[in-house]
Amino acid sequence: MSLESLQDIWLTYQSTVAFIGLNGLLALSVYTTLSCGQLSLAQAGFMAIGAYASTILTFHTGLPFAVNLAVATLLPALVAIPLGLPVLRLKGVFLAIATIGFGEVVRLFFVNLDFTNGALGLTAVPQRTSMWMIYAALGAALFVLWRIRGSRTGHALEAIREDEPAARTMGIDAARYKLAMLALGASFAGLAGALEAHYTYMVSPSTYSFSRVVDMLVYAVVGGTGVFYGPVVGATFLTALPEVLREVSSRIGLAPGPVRLFVNGLVLLLVILFLPEGISSLPRRVRGALQARRRARAS
Amino acid sequence: MLLSLQDVRKTFGGLAAVDGASLSVGSGEVHGLIGPNGAGKTTLLNMISGLIPPTAGTIVLDGERIDGMPSHVVASRGITRTYQNIRLFPALTAADNVLVGAHLRRDAPLWRRMLFLPSAAVEERAAQDASLALLARVGMSGQAGERASNLSYGDQRRVEIARALASEPRVMLLDEPTAGMNPAEVVAIAELIRSVARTGHSVLLVEHNVKLVMDVCDRITVLDFGKVIADGTPTEVARDPAVIAAYLGGEAAA
Repeated sequence: MSLESLQDIWLTYQSTVAFIGLNGLLALSVYTTLSCGQLSLAQAGFMAIGAYASTILTFHTGLPFAVNLAVATLLPALVAIPLGLPVLRLKGVFLAIATIGFGEVVRLFFVNLDFTNGALGLTAVPQRTSMWMIYAALGAALFVLWRIRGSRTGHALEAIREDEPAARTMGIDAARYKLAMLALGASFAGLAGALEAHYTYMVSPSTYSFSRVVDMLVYAVVGGTGVFYGPVVGATFLTALPEVLREVSSRIGLAPGPVRLFVNGLVLLLVILFLPEGISSLPRRVRGALQARRRARAS
Repeated sequence: MLLSLQDVRKTFGGLAAVDGASLSVGSGEVHGLIGPNGAGKTTLLNMISGLIPPTAGTIVLDGERIDGMPSHVVASRGITRTYQNIRLFPALTAADNVLVGAHLRRDAPLWRRMLFLPSAAVEERAAQDASLALLARVGMSGQAGERASNLSYGDQRRVEIARALASEPRVMLLDEPTAGMNPAEVVAIAELIRSVARTGHSVLLVEHNVKLVMDVCDRITVLDFGKVIADGTPTEVARDPAVIAAYLGGEAAA
C-alpha cells in the first residue's frame, strides 16, 4: 500500500476515530453513575452545559482553549451537586425519569436562549479540538476509573451498588458517594461536549436530546458495565459499525440509514440475550468455555 | 452502661411493634434478646442501627443520643450488625465483603492511589491482610476468594460476622447468627461470640436457639408483643413465670 492511499484512508476515517473517542468518554460518563447502581440519564444535559460554556467562552473571551475546557469540565459537576441532592434520593426508574427531566430542561433552556441563537444554535465554532486532546481526555477518564477500582472508594461504590442499606450500616455515606459519582460523570460529559463542539464547528440544542443519552446507555450496555473499560469497547464497536455497514449496504444496494438502525437494534438485542455482561466479557467467557472443554476431555 | 434504650416505641400504622422497651448493654457484655416470633426483636435492632427511626424513646450510646441518626453515622459511632436474612454483597468475594466492613477503619485517601504513592499500596496490603485474618478468625480462610453468593448459608453468616467485626465496633448486633446452622457450627459460633466479648466488644444477640443464649449471654432481655417481660441473668430469666408463659402459652402461667 502506498503512502498516499494510507493518507486517504486516514482522511476518510479520522472523524470516525474522533467520534470513537468522544462516544467512549460519553459512555464512561453513564458508567460512572452506574458503577454505584444509579441510572442517571441527565448526561446529555451536562454535555450541553459543557459544550455551550466552552463555545461562549471561545466567542466572547480570548482565553486559551485549555481554560475553556477546564470550565466545561467543572461547570457541569457544579450543576450536578444541587441537582443530585434531591434527585439521588430517588431509586431506579424514578431516578431515570427525574434525570431525563433535567436533560430536557437544559435543552429547552438553550432552545429559548436568544444569546446563543436559540434552536438554531451557534455555527462556525472555531475548530480547536485535535485528535490527541480527545484521546488524552478519554485516557484521563479511564485512568481515574481504573484507580478507583479496588480502592476503598471503589469498594464502597460496589457495596452501594449491591445493597445500599447494608452498605450504610457499614458506615458508608452512600449519599456522598452517589453525589460524587454523579458530579464526576457530569464532568466527563461536559468535557466531551466541549471537545465535540470544537471538533464539529457547531453547537445546537438538538444535539443534546434524549436520544443522545440512549446512545450513551446503549454503548455502556453493549460494551458491558462489569469493568470500567467496557463502555469504551461498546462505544468503539457501535461507532465503527456504521462505517462497515455503509460499505456493505452500498454493495448490496440498500440505503445505509435503515440498515444501520436495524443492525444497532439487533446488536443490542443479541448482547442482552446472550452476553448480558457485554462484549467486554467475551474474552473471559471464551476462556471459561475452553477450560471447561479441556476439563471435559481430560476426564 | 455502654448502650441503653429507654422506653423505645415503634408503631407501624396503629400497630405497636415495639411498645416501650428499655434495656441496657454493658461494656464487654453479651446481652441476649429473645422472645417469640413477632415480639419486635428485629425492629429493635433496626432502630438501634439507624435503619428506622423510633416513634418515641431514646437510644444512648456512651452518653450520646443516637436515635434518629442516619445509619452510616450510627456505624461511625461504633455499632455494626448482621442481618437475619443475610445481606452480604453477593457479587463481591468474601474477602472484599470484609474489606467493605473495614471502611470506617481505613485511612486511604484516593489521591494517594492516583499518584501511586507507596503508602497507598502499604495501606491496601495491610487492609487485605486484616480482612484475611478476620476470615481466619471465623474459620473461613479457605474461601476468601469465593463470591459471597456461592457460599453456603452457614458460611455466609460467618462472613457477615467477620464483616461486622472489621469495623471494630463497640457494640455488635447479631440477628439470629446461627439460623440454618448445624450443631457443630453453632458451637463454633458460640465460641466466636465469647471471644468477641473477651476482646472488649459488646454483643447484642437476637437468637432462637435457647441453649446458645443460655450458654453465652451474661444477661438476657425477653420481649413479647413489643414489651419487655423479663430481664436478668440466664438463670433468673429461665425461672421467670412470665417467660414460661410467653413461650409455653398463657394458660401455663395461670
